[in-house]
Amino acid sequence: MGCGRVGAALAALLNREGQEVTILDIDPDAFSQLPPDFKGRCFVGNGIDQDVLQRIGLAEADAFVAASPGDNRNVMASQIAKHIFGVRKVVCRIFDPIREELYHSLGLETISPTREVARLLKEALEKEAETPKGEG
Amino acid sequence: MYIIIVGGGKVGYYLAKQLVEDGHEVLVIEKDAAKCQQITDELGDIALRADGCEGVTLEAAGTGRADLFISVTGDDEDNLVACQVAKNKFDVRRTVARLNNPKNEVIFKKLGIDTTVSSTALILANIEQELPSHPLIPQLTIKGSGLEIVEVKVPPSSAIVGKRIGEVLLPQQCLIALIIDEEGVPRVPASDTTIRAGDEVVAVTRRESKDALRLVLATPARDTG
Repeated sequence: MGCGRVGAALAALLNREGQEVTILDIDPDAFSQLPPDFKGRCFVGNGIDQDVLQRIGLAEADAFVAASPGDNRNVMASQIAKHIFGVRKVVCRIFDPIREELYHSLGLETISPTREVARLLKEALEKEAETPKGEG
Repeated sequence: MYIIIVGGGKVGYYLAKQLVEDGHEVLVIEKDAAKCQQITDELGDIALRADGCEGVTLEAAGTGRADLFISVTGDDEDNLVACQVAKNKFDVRRTVARLNNPKNEVIFKKLGIDTTVSSTALILANIEQELPSHPLIPQLTIKGSGLEIVEVKVPPSSAIVGKRIGEVLLPQQCLIALIIDEEGVPRVPASDTTIRAGDEVVAVTRRESKDALRLVLATPARDTG
């Protein structure tokens, strides 16, 4: 759910691996982000509407990823996927680290890009600082 | 009582107004500056301009001591998250969420939201009697039991018209509790009571058997052969 930069890139990666991918976005223009060789299915619809999720076959899915720009939409869609459709693997992107912590503690598999990117940036900074020392 | 309301739109505003008039301590959390200003101008210093889904906001709002937490924004996902944060991070005893899509009732209940209110569902319940495709009207949920009390007006075309209750095969754990005839006279149903067109049937049913019960009570005779 969510065909932004991250959603489209993930869908393309999985599709190249030969996975059967369905991507959902509320905006019909969003699918232009997908590469031309993308073979998956694209649906326009609201990812927190159970009827929409039913129609795109969520009940038969092995995994669901919520990567829309809205934390609350992702949280709600993920919980519907897990608790209503019984999807075994559900991964939810939550930008806000505090909210991410809460939903992680409630049993949702969550990723906070904010926290992760901050960590990666810090790591990169520390590497930079070491290199000149090593050379000198 | 200390009552927190998330969402200062029309629903939140009039709700806050009524609760203030009733003498409660009320705080409205609203993102929009103009709406906050309007609430402050008209109801006093009871608006907090912030995101009601954020833990930091709810901490500042003193959510831990709130008796009631009500989220009435126009977005179901925001109402869900605000109530879940209040419930799970601040142990608020009673959370109430407004639903825009009535189908979200199941997931909200499953995720621990105590009460849900859907204006769509309320309007539907009031007109359902006139809609042939929605003949089952929910009246009351019996807390914790998974049972509901529903009401059906038996359409003249129904296959059960003229049958005795003993002959009607009801879904498991469903029972007909009361029949009110067209004159408004209530009858306690016995197995030899005959069901007539236009009777109001009040039944107790498991939530998951509602559709099956609807079929039994309102399917036209020709469909059942």
